[in-house]
Order: sequence, then C-alpha cells, then structure tokens
Amino acid sequence: MAEHLRALASLVRPGMSLALPVDYAGVSMAMTRPLIRHGAGDLHLVCVPTGGLQVDQLIGAGLVRSVETSAVSLGEAGGAPRFNDAVKKGGIRVMDATCPAIHAGLMAAQKGVPFMPMRGLIGSDILAQRADWQVIDNPLETGDSIAIIPAIHPDIAIFHVPMADRDGNVWIGRRRELAAMAYAATQTLVTVERIVDRSLLADETTAAGTLPALYVDAVAEAPRGAWPYGLWGEYATDTDEMVRYATAARTPEGFADYMAQEVCA
Amino acid sequence: MTALPREILICTIAGLLHDVRHVAVGASSPMPAAGAMLRRALDEDRRKVRLSILGSVEHNFFTNGSTELFDSAGQGRLDAFFLGGGQIDGMANVNLVGVGTYPQMSVRWPGSFGSAYLYFTVPRVILFREEHSPRVLVEKVDFISAPGISAPDTYRPGGPVALLTSKALFSFDSQRPGFRLESVHPGHSLPEIIEATGFTFDHDDTPPLTPEPDAATLSMLRGRVLDELSETYPAFAAQWRRDLAETIPHGASA
Repeated sequence: MAEHLRALASLVRPGMSLALPVDYAGVSMAMTRPLIRHGAGDLHLVCVPTGGLQVDQLIGAGLVRSVETSAVSLGEAGGAPRFNDAVKKGGIRVMDATCPAIHAGLMAAQKGVPFMPMRGLIGSDILAQRADWQVIDNPLETGDSIAIIPAIHPDIAIFHVPMADRDGNVWIGRRRELAAMAYAATQTLVTVERIVDRSLLADETTAAGTLPALYVDAVAEAPRGAWPYGLWGEYATDTDEMVRYATAARTPEGFADYMAQEVCA
Repeated sequence: MTALPREILICTIAGLLHDVRHVAVGASSPMPAAGAMLRRALDEDRRKVRLSILGSVEHNFFTNGSTELFDSAGQGRLDAFFLGGGQIDGMANVNLVGVGTYPQMSVRWPGSFGSAYLYFTVPRVILFREEHSPRVLVEKVDFISAPGISAPDTYRPGGPVALLTSKALFSFDSQRPGFRLESVHPGHSLPEIIEATGFTFDHDDTPPLTPEPDAATLSMLRGRVLDELSETYPAFAAQWRRDLAETIPHGASA
C-alpha cells in the first residue's frame, strides 16, 4: 500500500498546482505524508472550495508557494495554525476567493471555456484583490455588471473515496465536486477504501455516482485514508485527533514533532 | 418558566425566519440551527420548512456536491441564511478574513467562505454574532468579505435584514443605509449597547425589550427542538440541558 501511495506522490513535480477537496468531501489524508516525503515543493494549492488539515500540513512542511481558497480552518478544532502563521509571516501568497467562485473556475475548465460569469462579488475586497478576476458589462442586457472568473486548470486533483473497480472507475456518490475537480485537472489521483471486483458501471445504482476511468489516472488502496477526517457513508471524523494536531501545530517545533510520528488510524 | 438568554436568542431567530421555505445555516452554528428547527416545528401544520446544515450528512438533501447550495441560492430557492463575522460595521459590511492590512494581516481568520455570493443572492441574511463588543461591531471593517450595500446597478436580490447579538436585535435599512436598534435583550440597557457598539445606529429613546417566548413555545423548544438539535450539535445540546437542570429545579419547587 505504502509503495502505491509513494508512486502516486512521485507524479507531483515542483511548481505544480494541486486541487484538494473540502474536509467533508473525501480528503486523501493518506497521501499527505507521502507527498511530504516526496518533497516536491513550490506548490500552488486550489482548495475546493475550502481547505483544512491537509493544506495546513503541506504548508507547515514548507511545500506551498500559494493557496487559492475560500477559507482554511480545522473546523471545530479551530484555526489552521501553520496556514495562519504563514500568512502573518508572508510565507505564502493567499488568493482569497469565495466558494462559488472556485466552483465557477472549475466549471469553466470543465466546459473548456475561458471563464464563467457569476453573481455577487462586486464591491468586495475579495474582488478588489484579485487582478485575475474581471467585471464586464453583460453583453445581453445593458446596465448589468457581472464578475467573470477565469477557468481553473489544476495540474493534479487528489481525493479519497470509498471504492474503485478493477477498470479504474471510482465511486464518488453525490460528492459531485470531486468530479468537477477531475474534469478540470490534467491528472487525477484517487485513494480508495477498497477495490471491488464488480464493475461500478454495470449497475445503474452505482453508475450514477461513478466517475469514469477516463478522468482517473491512478488509484491506490488506502483503508481509512481520510483519517482523521471522516468519509461519507464510511466513518466519522476523529475530533480528538484533529484537536491533538491543532494543539501540537501551534509552533513549528510542535508541528515537526507531530509529523515525525508514524500516526495511523 | 423563565427563558435562558440563549433561548430568547433562538426564539428571536425563529421570529426572523417567519414564512421561509428554505433556510441554510453554517456547519458550526447551533443557535441558528435551533432557531430554524423551532421555525420548522412551529410551522409544521402550515408549510414545509427545509433546513440545510452545511457539511452535515443528515441535514443535507443536496446531491450535486457543495456547489448546489450556491446554485440553489442563485435560482432564488434559498430564502434565509446566517452570516457571522470577525468584524461587522455600520454599513453591514462583513469581514471574515482578518485584522490589519491585507494580505499580511496581524490576525488571520479562516476566510470568506460563500459570503461574497450568498450576501447578494439570499433575500434574508441574518447577521448573527453573540459577542457584542467594539472589536466586533466596528466603525469600518479592515477587509470587506461581503459588502452590506451595493450600487443601484448591481444585481442584488439579497442582503442583510437584521443583526442579532447577545445584547440586542437590530434591523438594517439598505436605503438609509444603517442599523436601527429594534429591541434590547432582558438584562441589558441602551447605554450599555451604545458603549459596546463601534458604529452609530438609530434607536428610540426607550427601546423595547426583546420578548421572552410564551410557555408553549418554550416547551416545544426544550422538548422536540432540543432533541433534534442534539443529533447534530451534541455538545451544545448537552450544555443546554445541564444549564436547564441547574435553573429549573429552583423555579419548579417555588
């Protein structure tokens, strides 16, 4: 298993952009340590649409140049300590967004169009700070300004789901943002709780929630691979472990000690 | 029965949610969730009130991923939403990003989440922040995650209607624009509220007291709503039950 995860991590090269899902959608925490050991840095992270533990750990490990996100936090366990510290020290560049803007950017990439218009944003400092976002006049109706969000094309999307079949189809259920990430990304790496022998496409019940192998470049088995996050339909978040991390990572030394431990679910 | 301060807040929230069809609350928002659950219970015979709790599996009927909530708001299917804020100013601008000068802020908060969209598209946004102090209710926010008002040519079917804190309830008038003190919660006073608020607001010389719930509402809240709430917010519900156990026996034996 560890070997497979290392193989997936080795596909990440310095300077790439990685799309990572929101904490409840299926975070591949199993990939975090292999990514850190692999050591490809100068990464740009796209949080879909917010980030948490994995983002905080990649930042703490010094692998991150910039983050596009609508928020980074550890949820009930509080603020994300390494993210907050890096922002204060100017160690990373944050491209602050709002959740539907990240979805809009991925949607544009999914459609193969250069941008997606979206409501809201006008008058916010989020928009004012984003040189890459524009406001245009609605060409179909006069006197209507609307923001446009450029397509987001991540190099690699990484997430964790309950199952894959032998053909590389992966079951994402109703977590459609995982499909949006895969459509937009050049490569998609998926860790799964288990690999099943039956085809996920053979049964209409599972086919509806299946991301076809067309969009999936590599799959590796990683039981409890979202831990300490939960995985929908499988297991709950380990809040005690989240709090343990939040407390330890308040200092760089505490973070390093925590990451040096061979933690497992 | 005497209501606990948090019960008065929850009932006030339920009042602000009159006539809603679909209300969404954030992941760690037990009081707005309780207010919405109370609204749903009160309206049971008249209409179906749908409640979406972001990040919850049980209280989430969406099947199109995390984009669907925003899409439903864009379609006009989301009537009410709650927004907090590290800072809220007198123009109802909300700051969820941090304190100081962007980007290298002295205090960094998680970020703006969906505020810069939902504040525009949801007709009834209720600003809810328990802490009522000059550091939260500021004259001007350090960063505008979402603006309280917009120019007339900006598409904006939504926006703030009220600000609820542990001390008071304000309404927001986007035309004037500004907040107006609607009522003062029991145990608080107008001078105290002026002192604790970093922006100026309209008020009567003698503002009314926030009403306490009637006995029927309170028993519904402590029964069915508290049971429902404990499924999603067990720690909050348990603390509430402990506080009730401490206060009720004295009242009951009197």
